[in-house]
Amino acid sequence: MAKSDSSQTITEKIFSAHSGKRVYTGDFVLANLDLVMAHDTTCAWALDSFYKIARKVWDKKKIFITFDHAYPAPNVEMARLQSAIRRFADEQVIPIITDGVCHQVMAERFINPGDLIVGADSHSPTGGGLGALTIGVGSTDAAIAMATGKCWFKVPPTVRIEINGKLPKGVFSKDVCLNVARKMGPAGGNYKTLEYGGETIYSFDVPDRLSLTNMSAEMGAKAAIVEPDENTTEYLNRNNRPYKFNGGELTSDRNANYDKVVHFDISDLAPLIAKPPDVDNVATASEVEKERIKLDQVFIGSCTNCRIEDLDSVASIWKNRRLSPGLRVIVSPASKLVYLQALKKGYIDLFMKLGAIVTCPGCGPCLGRHQGVLADDEVCVSTSNRNFTGRMGSPKALIYLASPATAAASAITGFITDPRNYLS
Amino acid sequence: MNWLFGDNINTDLITPGRYNITTDPVKLASIAFIEYCPEFHRNVKKGDFIVAGENFGCGSSRETAVISLKHCHVSAVLAKSFARIFYRNSLNIGLLLVNVDTERIKKHDRLILDIENQTLTNETREIIEKITIPAMMLRLNREGGIIPYLQKHGLDSLSDLERF
Repeated sequence: MAKSDSSQTITEKIFSAHSGKRVYTGDFVLANLDLVMAHDTTCAWALDSFYKIARKVWDKKKIFITFDHAYPAPNVEMARLQSAIRRFADEQVIPIITDGVCHQVMAERFINPGDLIVGADSHSPTGGGLGALTIGVGSTDAAIAMATGKCWFKVPPTVRIEINGKLPKGVFSKDVCLNVARKMGPAGGNYKTLEYGGETIYSFDVPDRLSLTNMSAEMGAKAAIVEPDENTTEYLNRNNRPYKFNGGELTSDRNANYDKVVHFDISDLAPLIAKPPDVDNVATASEVEKERIKLDQVFIGSCTNCRIEDLDSVASIWKNRRLSPGLRVIVSPASKLVYLQALKKGYIDLFMKLGAIVTCPGCGPCLGRHQGVLADDEVCVSTSNRNFTGRMGSPKALIYLASPATAAASAITGFITDPRNYLS
Repeated sequence: MNWLFGDNINTDLITPGRYNITTDPVKLASIAFIEYCPEFHRNVKKGDFIVAGENFGCGSSRETAVISLKHCHVSAVLAKSFARIFYRNSLNIGLLLVNVDTERIKKHDRLILDIENQTLTNETREIIEKITIPAMMLRLNREGGIIPYLQKHGLDSLSDLERF
């Protein structure tokens, strides 16, 4: 799209930097990628396509393969898929990483501000919390990207989401996500970048931003991004990746052309729940609490909400309390790093003594493949991102999405519970 | 016949997570809508249409959803809108998607999709609708998907996609 004004969004800037020309919304680009990610199911589906068009990957240092969706394998079918991927990885001399959920491990170790990355997983927009464009694709695109280091795109329009106000007590980044989802709906970000800004976002540390960019996938977003700042620098440095914030090259220009700007004031926000079966079916936790919904399972995990900060809030609620007898409470740390941090803080000891099940790092029961599959008529509160019918097992099970604090409070009572009375 | 679905039909409904642990297209076809609409995989016939509302294919990036529907040999998926990754996967795999107002289409309406002239005719209701199928969708569909296209024309032909 020709423009008299050369102002660009951060999305247009990153696409320009990766395609060797100045591009704007609507332009077609064949872009050079910084990294390609595929996991233990999507990578398996990419192998046939890959070998039809190439023998060697374009750059073995830029391919990231993780086993996280069902690892260690829960059945023969999954074991076969993983075995096929191992043969491919051995042949291409690519390590397989088994240290947790792909998006979390990528944020901890690989993503840098300004990067352009494709991931064969719909929650790939997560990485945008670090100021990169991390875009979800299918297995065939991943195969082509592994072979060529390239992917074609149409530069997407950007919706700027301005969030202002100070988070009230008991309200967390996840509640902000659900509030945005309620307004945007499941297709409100389709084909677009959701760019988050405003004083609330600036006050968020990277882990809180990652929850927002992650949930943007539930609104159909192609990418989600937060312009990098000092908090980004601090996170990268903390994770052994020295980065120098240059004061704003990677920002949207003041006159950048937005598709639209949406404003939220979260000063009066209450803890929220997304009721089944859609992410925008949102009510306050206090309203849902009145329905006395009895739970069979609480899941604290996934790429949305099982970082150490999430476990801090769970531990603070569970300390000196008991969990509801007979309730299955499952905690799946998002990564090995998170697991080790939790171990060091004494959380694993606390959780296990309370009767919670702590699984190995990974996606856990989020996608209904292992470690906590739901039976008919069972009800689960989950800190994950999808409450679709059948997502975590039986199509007759019900999934309610909530923050780690709401999940933790609900684990104490055995019913969906507003966490505000359980905070110290 | 036409298989009618509503808005926001997600990939967990098309190929639920715990069933799609396979790369075999025939097995994938046998799990299409296995729980959401079990009669679909039992009764779907070559040439049938899937007719849906907004945001068809939202959710996971799993390409199995597309492979599964393609190998049910439906003529096309007609919907008011499609989710992004599903659309992209359909381009790549060669499943024909058509953006069209599906509101008035009924189960037993006789539909004729004319790709050459870009029209959708509802013979039962005597409605002819002009449709726009992007050139890339048509070309990759004709080639059988992007992998056969790249095999035939070489990896450099990736940059030709823009010029279709």
